[in-house]
Amino acid sequence: MSATEPRIPRVRLTERGPVLVDGPVEVVLPDGTAMHCDRPVVALCTCRRSRRFPFCDTSHRRRRP
Amino acid sequence: MTATASPVSPLLPPHLPPTLPHPRGPLSAHVLDRLHGPPGQPPAGPLPAPAPDHAPPTAWDDDLQLALYLCYELHYRGFAGVDPGWEWDPDLLRLRGHLERCFLTELRRVTDPLPLPDEALAGLLAADPGGPDSPSHHLLTAGERRQAAEYLVHRSLYHLKEADPQMWVVPRLPHPAKAALVAVQYDEYGSGHPERAHALLFARMMADFGLDPAYGRYLDAVPAPALAVVNLMSMFGLHRALRGALVGQFAAVEITSPPGAARLAEAFERLGAGPDGTLFYREHVVADAVHEQQVRLTVIDPLLAEEPELAGDVAFGIAATGAVEDRLARHLLTAWRAGRSSLRTAPRPAAAA
Ligand code: FES
Ligand SMILES: [Fe+2]
Ligand SMILES: [Fe+2]
Repeated sequence: MSATEPRIPRVRLTERGPVLVDGPVEVVLPDGTAMHCDRPVVALCTCRRSRRFPFCDTSHRRRRP
Repeated sequence: MTATASPVSPLLPPHLPPTLPHPRGPLSAHVLDRLHGPPGQPPAGPLPAPAPDHAPPTAWDDDLQLALYLCYELHYRGFAGVDPGWEWDPDLLRLRGHLERCFLTELRRVTDPLPLPDEALAGLLAADPGGPDSPSHHLLTAGERRQAAEYLVHRSLYHLKEADPQMWVVPRLPHPAKAALVAVQYDEYGSGHPERAHALLFARMMADFGLDPAYGRYLDAVPAPALAVVNLMSMFGLHRALRGALVGQFAAVEITSPPGAARLAEAFERLGAGPDGTLFYREHVVADAVHEQQVRLTVIDPLLAEEPELAGDVAFGIAATGAVEDRLARHLLTAWRAGRSSLRTAPRPAAAA
C-alpha cells in the first residue's frame, strides 16, 4: 500500500480466538443495534461465549465443556 | 468502547510531582538525605550498598525497594522540591546499580529454571492464570470495601502512570515490533481521547472509592511487594539490555488482565462502586483482550523473528512478572485472611469526598 492510496482496513483471523478488525468500526448486531467502536484494533468474538459480545473478553480460552 | 462510554466531564488531576516519602531503613534514608540537597556533590559518607551475595534476604525488603523506587521516580515525575538534575547524578546512579543487581540476582534465582517463551505464554493463556487463590477471587467472594480500597492504593503507584514504564522500550525495538507496541500504547493513552487514558480512568475509580487520586499520594502506605511490581517494570524499561524482559512483562500483564479485570469489576460493583468505580476494569476486559493478541502476534512474534537471541529474556520477563505478582498476592491474602490491613499505614481519604 502506498502512502497516497486509501487505507484498506485489515481483518485478521486468529487461530482459536477473535477476529481482529482495524477500527474505528461500526458493528451491527442481528437485532439491528449498531455499536460504534473507535479502538485502533477491535477484537470481535467468534466463539460466542464472550460476556461482552460482540467483543472478545478472552472467554474463548476456557475449554469447551 | 462505545461512543456513549466517553466521559462528559473528565477528571484531570493536576500534573504535580509527589512529596518525598519517609525512610524505611539505611538505604532509603541515604537516598532521601541526598535528594534534599543539590546533585553533583560527592556523598558525605560511604554508600550503604547491599552486598550482591546477600541478595536473597534483602532484595524484597521495604528499605531496598523504596530506595530503588526513589531512584526510578526521578525518571518519571520526580519529587516536589527535589532538583531534577538528580536523575543523572553519577553517585546516585552507582547506588541504583547496586540495588538493581541485588533485585535482578534475586529475580533470576526465583525464576530458575526458565521455561521456553512458548511454554511461558501458554501458561498465561490458561483460562484463569490467577486461579481461585488470587486477590480478585477473594475480593469477589469475601472481600470488604476497605480491602478493595487497599487494593487500589497498592495498584495506584503503577496505574496512575500506566503505560509509562513500557514507553522506555520503544526506541530499542526493531520495526515492525516497535510500531505494533506503540499501537497498543496509543490505546493505553486513550486512542486520541486524552480523558480516556487508562491512568485517568484509574484516578476516577480512586475518587469513586473516596481515595485521593493524586499521583504518588500513597507511597508511604504501599509496602515492598507492591513497590517491587513497579520497580520491575522501571528496571526492565530503563535498561536496553533488558528490553526482551520488558516485552515479556508487557505480554504477561496484557494476557493475564482480562479475567482478573472482569472479576474486579464485578467485585467492586458488589461492594457499592458507582459507574466510575468499575469503568477502569470494565475497559480492561475488552481492551486487553485486544492487546494480548496484538502483543503476541504483532510484537513478540516479529521481535523474536528479528532477534531470536532475545527469547530467553522474553521468558524471563514473563516469569519475573509472575514472581512479583505472586508475592504481592500472597501478601494481600495473608493480611486479609488474618483480618489485618495490607498497607503500612492507613490511607487518608480524599480531603472532600
Ligand atoms: S473469541 Fe474471545 S471470547 Fe469469543
Ligand atoms: Fe491499560
Ligand atoms: Fe492493555
